[in-house]
Formats: sequence, C-alpha cells, structure tokens
Amino acid sequence: MTSIPHQILEGTSAVGIDLGDEKRSATFLHVDQSTIFSKVGEFFKGKLELMDTKDALQKYPWLKDYMWKLVDKNKDEFTKRVAEDYSGGYFMRILPGEEVVFPLQSCLMITKEKLEQRVHNIILAEEGSKAHIITSCVQHFNVAKAAHLGISEIYVKKDATFNFTMVHSWSEETTVRPRTGVLVEDKGTFVSNYICVRPVKDVQMYPVAYCNGEDSRVSFNSILYGSKNSSLDIGSKAILNGKGSRAEMISRAIGREKAKVIVRGMIEGNNPDCKGHLECRGLIIDEDSLVQSIPELIARKRGVEITHEAAVGKISEKEIEYLMTRKIPRDQAISMIIRGFMDVSIMGLPKALSDEVNRIVDLVAESS
Amino acid sequence: MKRLITFQSGEVETRLSILTVDNLKVSVENKVILEGIDLMLKSGENYVMFGPNGSGKSTLINAIMGIPQYKVVSGKITFMGKDITDRSVEDRAKMGMSVAFQYPPEITGVKLSDMLKLCLGKNHRSDFSEEEKKLIEGFKLTEFLDRDINVGFSGGERKRSEILQMIFLRPKLILLDEPDSGVDVESLKLISTEIERYLEKSGSSALIVTHKGDILEYIKAKYACILLEGVMHCFSNPKEVYETIKRSGYKECIACQERISRGWQT
Repeated sequence: MTSIPHQILEGTSAVGIDLGDEKRSATFLHVDQSTIFSKVGEFFKGKLELMDTKDALQKYPWLKDYMWKLVDKNKDEFTKRVAEDYSGGYFMRILPGEEVVFPLQSCLMITKEKLEQRVHNIILAEEGSKAHIITSCVQHFNVAKAAHLGISEIYVKKDATFNFTMVHSWSEETTVRPRTGVLVEDKGTFVSNYICVRPVKDVQMYPVAYCNGEDSRVSFNSILYGSKNSSLDIGSKAILNGKGSRAEMISRAIGREKAKVIVRGMIEGNNPDCKGHLECRGLIIDEDSLVQSIPELIARKRGVEITHEAAVGKISEKEIEYLMTRKIPRDQAISMIIRGFMDVSIMGLPKALSDEVNRIVDLVAESS
Repeated sequence: MKRLITFQSGEVETRLSILTVDNLKVSVENKVILEGIDLMLKSGENYVMFGPNGSGKSTLINAIMGIPQYKVVSGKITFMGKDITDRSVEDRAKMGMSVAFQYPPEITGVKLSDMLKLCLGKNHRSDFSEEEKKLIEGFKLTEFLDRDINVGFSGGERKRSEILQMIFLRPKLILLDEPDSGVDVESLKLISTEIERYLEKSGSSALIVTHKGDILEYIKAKYACILLEGVMHCFSNPKEVYETIKRSGYKECIACQERISRGWQT
C-alpha cells in the first residue's frame, strides 16, 4: 500500500474507493498503462479471481476465446487502437455458484497529460454465481487532454446474476470511449448501473447486451449529470434473441452549464416471446444546455412487446412551490428536486452499495 | 376598513383578525377568476367555504398562500397584521400559513420522510422523535416513509400525508382545499379528528373549502360562506348554510342572504 503515491490514493477516495479496507472484497488499480495493485480480500478468496488481463491470458490459455467476441475489433477507430496495442486491464471471474455481496472495486487512473489509456477487461460470471460489482474510473485532477479507451466483454453464464455499477469521475479534459459487449445465457441476469455526475470533456458509449439465453434479463440504469460544457452521449442497447428474454432501461439525465446530454436506448426484439421497456426522463436547468432522448424500439417477430416513455423539460414550478409551502427557499427546493431526480433507488442496489453511491451523488449535489 | 362583513352572531368581537382579504381580484392565465373578495378570519376561529366546482375556491386558497400562477390583480391580503400581498410562498409559510393541497404534485426521489422532516425543520439525516413516530403511525403512514411523495398514493393516502405535513409545520392558519373529497370514510374521520385536535390545542385558525358537510361533524366551524361565480356571499351558521344548499341549491341559498340584506324578511 505504501508504494502507491499519495496523490493516487487521494484520487481514489474521491469517488468512494477505499483501498485501505481489507473487507472490501477485491480491489484492482490500473494506473496509466500498468497494473500496480491487484488483490482479492481474504474473505473473498475462492469466490472470485482478479488479475491483469495479460497475466490471465498467460495463466488461462482458453481465455483468448473470450477476447473480441462481444465487441468487434473493427467497430471503430477506438476498438482498432486497443486491438493494436493495449496495456492490460482486468480479468474478473466470479467462480461457479459463488455469491459476492460486497462491492468489488476496480479503479483505472490516468496521471499523465495527453496519455491514451487503452485497456481490455474481461468478466466471467460463472454458472449460478451472484455478484454486485462497483467500478470506478478515476483520474488525477490536474491531467489534461487524456483519453481512456476501454474494451469490456462481460459473460453472464447460466443462472448467474451480475450487477455492475460504474461510477465515472474523469477530468474536464478527458475523452472517454468505453466499448462494452455483454452476453447473457439461460436464466442469466445482467444489470448495468452507470453513474456519471462529474464534468467530463466527452464521453460516448453504447454498450450492447445480447440476451441469447432463455429467460435472460438485462437492465440498464443510468444517472447522468452533465455540467460545465460536458458532452455525454450515453446509450444502451439490448438485443432480445432468447425465448422469454426481457430488457428494461431507466435513465435520468440532467443538463446545465452548457452541457450536452444525449441519451439513447435501443431494444430489439427478435424472439416471438420477448418484452422490453424503456424509460427516459430529462431535466434541463438553464438555457445553454441540451438534453436529448432518442429511444428506438425494433420488433422483428409477432408477439414482441416493447414500450417506452420519455419526457424532457424544465423542473415543474408546481413541485418547487409545493416544497416552498414547507418553508424552504426556492433555491433549496430546486436542489432538492434535482437530488431526488438522481435517486439511485432505481438501481435496486444492496444497502451498502446504494449508501456508497448516494454519498457520491450527495457530494456532487452539494457542491453544485 | 371598507366593506367589512358584519357577523350575525352578535357577540362582542374582541378577537384579532388573523387573515383579512380585502377586495381581492385574482386572475389565472390572464382570466379573472375572483372579483373583489372580502373575507376576515379571526384568531382561533374556523371558516367553511362552500361553492360549486369552478367557483374559484381553490383559486382563493392558492392566492392566499401566494402561489405565483394565481395572480393578484388588485386588493390586499393581510396576515397577522402584515400586508403579505407581495410576499413569497416561503415567507408566508414561515409566518405560519400552511396549505393542504387538493392535488399535491408527485416528486420523484423526494421521500415522504424527507417532506415530513422538512416540515419539522429537521435535517434529512436526523431521526423522528418517539412522539413524531407515534403520530406518523396514527396517520397510518409509517409504511410510506420511504416512498416518493405522492407517487402512487391513493386519495386517502395523499390527504393523510398532506394533513400530517401541515400539523408538523405548526401553522397559525391552515388552508384546507377540499379535505373531504376523494377520501374514504375512515381516512376522513381520521384526518378531521386530527385537524380538530390540532386546532383546539394550538388555537390556530382554519379556512376549509368543501363541497360536503361531512367534515362539519368533526370540525367546529364558526361561519360558512358561499363562493359563487367569483363573488363571496353569506356568512352564517355552517350547518344551516349546508342544509339550505342541500335543500335548495347554491343560488337559492345566497338569495336568502340577499333578501335579508334588502330587508325582505322571509
């Protein structure tokens, strides 16, 4: 622990990652282009494995069959660049039938200016496993013009439940391009919770989940708070191929201080027995920002049932006045409504995790 | 003060006015709804206001509370001796005015417990006292504490939540907008009894808008008035007024008042 520079430790605690806590299950720290810290807490030994992707490929030759299966190498310039050369990433594997109820923390940091961090992560949620993961991408605050390109391929096997919470904290100068693919097998459940509440230069992502398994489930929940010229283009896509597969997407987007927040969502129904629902709500706080909702619903078979509801606009005056009748000033009423709008209870997290996420959102809400 | 309504009770009027509405003209979206309303409520007394749908009752309640869409075109509102016509909602609330809305808004992510703590002036991280918990339980709202305010609440649940919030605010004047509409019998009894208990204990005043007389079974109101087509009529015994409305309708009821004032004894 003492070998980790003080600045880095400070950076990680700012988004709720505490590296000092032994009970915190697993921790992974990737700084710039190298993995410097990776360990699994005593309590979780035998339940999960965590190591650098490159080390994992050495240890498990079969792992190469999982590389570039869910994300197309030639998808765009960013995937091509990672395919050319990458510095590692994390390999995480929840062992069959194991339950990980505490958060696992992975932390990717950039400390050098103009650095392009390229990582490739692989997650295997083995049969019958259940896990809640919290992962953060952090970077040191003074770094400018950096870029993060991250490939993530997530395999949720039969009867497994994988709940993945990402809290992003980038600098106002960073360009972020995650590329994520998820495969959900029979009776598997994948839940993605994405929280981006600090200013960032530019994030564009559109993770896709393939619900190929029978009765497979996918949920994408996002809380996006765009401020200070941030550009967020966040999508989620669910391809419902399996019989009885289900998809649900809930997003909350806020735009202020010249932020541009685009929320996309696509549910594609390819099986006669599949269902999906998409809900997007957006709040615009000032005249210089943009909040855009782009839902897309595709049915390819009779029997497909996909719905959506979306609403974007200002904060309701009626709500503000209602709170004011309870003796609070207008400004406080507005921040209470905004804070409520970012309610993480939509994510259905276990209490320890939702307290953690709430604390992070509180910090942002109080500072704005 | 001009055109002050004279009360018919004949008792010596020693109490101070808590609320005076003086020739109040109110418009909503540029349409005039109330034309010169006069009203005076005395400290410790309760008023009932009857009137058909669309007569402007809710408009008056909202204008008294200072909700901006209810624009005061002319006239004056005096609360506890101070002209509050231009004061904000927050100021009025802080001075001791409180309203239980007929249709309170739903606010996602703001819990009932947050609202109750706000009303009590508590930090959202602090806990309720034992006494407060008991009252919440009495209002059958314990299970709703972690629910988003008004989201998916039934009529009775909304009303119970509104009245409890109001009691927690400890107001000097309570404005009740149709507390008896859309409420089941049991909830009505519960909220009416609690309102009366609060009024008795605190010596506060109430202005109650209603269609029905049911609430009069529980709350001791001194006078009733009728709001019809934006004009206030008749200040009389609430039960008599209600009986007349039931028997002959609003128009007939105010006609009686007109006959009295013109000296046509019936």
